[in-house]
Amino acid sequence: MNIVAFAEQRNGQFKKTAFEVVKAARTAADQLKAEVIALVIGNNVQSMAGQLGGYGASKVLVVDDPRVALYSTTAFAKIIADIVRQESAEIVFLPASAMGKDVAPRIAVKLKAGLASDCTAVSVENGTITARRPVFAGKGIVHVSVKTGTKIFSLRPNVFTAGESNGSSAPVEKRSVDLLEGDFACAVKETKVAGGKKDVSEADIIVSGGRGLKAPENFKMIEELAESLGAAVGASRAVVDAGWRPHDEQVGQTGKTVSPSLYIAVGISGAVQHLAGMSSSKYIVAINKDKDAPIFTVADYGIVGDAFEVVPAVTAELKKLQGK
Amino acid sequence: MKIVVFVNHVPDTETKVKVGADGKSIDPAGVNFMLNPYDEFAVEEGLKAKQKFGGEVVVVSLGGEANKETLRKALAMGCDKAVLLKDLSVRDSFGIAAALAEYAKEYGAELLLAGKQSIDYDNSQVGGLVAEMLGIPSITVVVKLDITDGNVVAEREIEGGHEIVHSKLPVLITAQKGLNEPRYPSLKGIMEAKRKPIEEKPAAPAESHVETTGMTKPSAKSAGKIVGTDAAAAVELVRLLHEEAKVI
Repeated sequence: MNIVAFAEQRNGQFKKTAFEVVKAARTAADQLKAEVIALVIGNNVQSMAGQLGGYGASKVLVVDDPRVALYSTTAFAKIIADIVRQESAEIVFLPASAMGKDVAPRIAVKLKAGLASDCTAVSVENGTITARRPVFAGKGIVHVSVKTGTKIFSLRPNVFTAGESNGSSAPVEKRSVDLLEGDFACAVKETKVAGGKKDVSEADIIVSGGRGLKAPENFKMIEELAESLGAAVGASRAVVDAGWRPHDEQVGQTGKTVSPSLYIAVGISGAVQHLAGMSSSKYIVAINKDKDAPIFTVADYGIVGDAFEVVPAVTAELKKLQGK
Repeated sequence: MKIVVFVNHVPDTETKVKVGADGKSIDPAGVNFMLNPYDEFAVEEGLKAKQKFGGEVVVVSLGGEANKETLRKALAMGCDKAVLLKDLSVRDSFGIAAALAEYAKEYGAELLLAGKQSIDYDNSQVGGLVAEMLGIPSITVVVKLDITDGNVVAEREIEGGHEIVHSKLPVLITAQKGLNEPRYPSLKGIMEAKRKPIEEKPAAPAESHVETTGMTKPSAKSAGKIVGTDAAAAVELVRLLHEEAKVI
């Protein structure tokens, strides 16, 4: 049996989730006595591919073509579906990233396969693979099984652990897929990345601010605290709706569901929809002057106090710890 | 332009989820339902496209009588016509997409819009599934859309940035927050919506690919400790994060 694991890269760098997906495929493969075939798509990506062996890939297939230097939904869907057919793979793992979520449904239709999306756990019991995935932004978890011959699972980034590479390298094979003009019916022409800005969905630490900060300019202290931790800045729905912060920072049911190792909520009371989006974080810190704020019901550590005094003090203390 | 917007009728964001008697879906008792927030951006974008190109905006939902409330809201915002694809069975994303795709094909839709995901089961699948079933391009999680002479330029959100995607009509777009500011239905719109038709059709049958075998609640987090009540607590907080939690 073969498992195809799509290893996402951008600009010649694997995303962290690429290693997570390959490692999760390895874990399932060990129980199913299967092989893990990693797939890398891009331009000039052949030399980077072998390192996936360190995370459990049995071999790595590379589709190296200048036409797929940038992402194209239709072309990537065709390539991945073709490779899955060529390898007679029964299981496909992808990241539930912006790219993975976009391409996975199209592959599912091409392969007449069921897709379990945004899974946070995959397990094998008696030779059968099943998954768990959060619903209602994490207010519930459903247990799913895919009934089709080919089964596709997209894995939520930052949940599965890749661990360290074991240092081994996997054999790399170059593959070509027949791409026609029509296969680029929708294609990325340009990528705009905000310089160095960390996305909340990928961050290991998030510092979020809410209404309690009183004005948009007061997010400066949130940004400073985030910077001292190498963290991403998050925001509550209230401040995004008020136009204080961009919507890509919103955490909660109509924003992003996150599970970092540390989530610091400042001036956020903790509406049901916000708690849903962040309560699976490993550690939660709440800083709020209202001792009855619901955020304290999920916080591991709380400071009931004025954010304007507490946050700069925490930043200063962190710098002291870091010897700055 | 023939514009179709797919909308879903979902529990509102204040809903506290309880597992229903079947053990695998939400208990709907006491739950308020609403138009899926991301679909609201899709409706607005459909109305904007009609303002620019003329034509008709048809809003389509799969489900039962209850979905009419959501369809009426979309009509009140300004959609011309609503279609309820009737089916009370529980469908997976594939089954939902198959019925919606069938309708879009029959209608001859040129611009298809939907929210980037439904905030109930969070699958983020239906848009891409419908597009592939119809053999048309799709651009998901869109925050900016421009259509000129049949050429489509969209900006989609990715981790820490955006992608500029080029395509052509017919196309399927899924909406992300930020795409537009959905209008509030006017009083006139609400009155007119009562007279606008809701066409009812049986949903095209479809097989199911993914089976939900159970639903559980995440393990509840319990309140931890209050470290202090002023700036002096910062020292202890940083110590706990460093030595106890070991996350910094």
